[in-house]
Amino acid sequence: METVFEIKHLQKSFGDNVVLKDISFNVAKGEILSIIGSSGSGKSTLLRCINLLETPDGGSISYHGEDILSPRFELARYRAKVGMVFQQFNLFNNMSVLENCMIGRMKILGASKEEARSVAMENLSKVGMEAFAGMRPGRISGGQKQRAAIARALSMSPEVLLFDEPTSALDPEMVGEVLKVMRILATTGLTMLVVTHEMSFARDVSHKVIFMDEGVIAEQAEPHKLFTSPENPRTRQFLDRFLNS
Amino acid sequence: MPQTFWQWIVLLLDEYGSLFIKGTVNTMIIAVSGTLIGFAIGLGVGVLRTVPVNKRDTPLKKALVKLMNFILAAYVEIFRGTPMIVQSMVIYYGLFGSVNISKMVAGVFIVSINTGSYMAEIVRGGILSVDYGQSEGALSIGMNHFQTMRYVVLPQAIRNIMPSIGNEFVVNIKDSSVLSVISVFELFFAGKSASGTYWRYFEVYTIIAVIYFILTFGVTRLLRLAERRMDGPGSFTVTGSQTDSRSVIKVKK
Repeated sequence: METVFEIKHLQKSFGDNVVLKDISFNVAKGEILSIIGSSGSGKSTLLRCINLLETPDGGSISYHGEDILSPRFELARYRAKVGMVFQQFNLFNNMSVLENCMIGRMKILGASKEEARSVAMENLSKVGMEAFAGMRPGRISGGQKQRAAIARALSMSPEVLLFDEPTSALDPEMVGEVLKVMRILATTGLTMLVVTHEMSFARDVSHKVIFMDEGVIAEQAEPHKLFTSPENPRTRQFLDRFLNS
Repeated sequence: MPQTFWQWIVLLLDEYGSLFIKGTVNTMIIAVSGTLIGFAIGLGVGVLRTVPVNKRDTPLKKALVKLMNFILAAYVEIFRGTPMIVQSMVIYYGLFGSVNISKMVAGVFIVSINTGSYMAEIVRGGILSVDYGQSEGALSIGMNHFQTMRYVVLPQAIRNIMPSIGNEFVVNIKDSSVLSVISVFELFFAGKSASGTYWRYFEVYTIIAVIYFILTFGVTRLLRLAERRMDGPGSFTVTGSQTDSRSVIKVKK
């Protein structure tokens, strides 16, 4: 299978705090990869390094064989293809839900207004948000915001979507609607990297699960293997705590 | 000869009404264009001063950004740190000393460049008041710094700094009076001319004061109206507006 990302010996520190120690893994095209681990284990930082919201201190990330850390790398074009869904949604507050989904396609991909609108509406209906197209983000609920944010990312026609704890800022009753959308997306062949605390999503939907602990990958395996017979004692400890709480 | 205060007022208005009107018009021309041009300068400087540099950038880009930041910081500090009355003299007799330029143009230039230095800081504050998540959202779909600013951050920042822009406008209506030192015919200068014949300083400058107050009070009302219209229904959190009771000041962690 075609490799999308090849990540080698990735390192990142904030001051004296070493967040990522030596991270290496590959992501294949169409793969759904879940990244789990306790808070502070470096999951989000890893994801943010992949679309360069954080600049790594060492190691390499290649995207289809191209070094994304090279100064000549075309970052904007890359980010248009590798979308991101944030914990805090980060919808543009000065635009309607529809405009949020149109602006990138128009200004970055150069689409016409009509084309951008039809793609945006298509994606909004995919996430069940077409009725809220005209609303400002301030007027809708957290679950609706996150679904709109997913539609915004989809409207760039991305190859990869990065999800940074997409349900962690939501009220419990809204988690389901967002996970449902993500489960549907997982069947479309989109490559997805999902940092999550939703163990059922990681177990049922992903092709591979990475367990991170103190800045390193403690274990990576297929979900049924990692969840039923983890090799690393740290993984076992983490899952025990999570599944029995 | 008039005996009472009111008789003098009537006489002065009758005799010098056209001077007062000309001064008022010129003061407003200077204040409006000075504020607008200053705001444009402020936007430019504010956006340029927030250009991010990171480790991936080439040494040339890093050096250029550093140099640009130094020049812009120097501009802001120099024009904020010297009185406009002194700037007027230096610029008019220095920069424009050899060229024959209309006094009004010189006046607008001085007020604009002075306002620009304040606006630069106001805009920078406005940019910082917009949650960084907004920028991250924009960057994540492939926008560069300037697109992020233009489409996402500045529309929100400008709303947040409307009260400060209003302040600058009011300050410019009043402080354009210092341009009288280079004989720009604005309102204060009109007062100087009108008081010369009868030596009635108190009456003339009472008239001038009332006109200034009507101008500034009218302008603040208009700005408040504009702010209300910009708000729209539940658009976003208005940060620290002095004119809007619904404003919320959010302290970042």
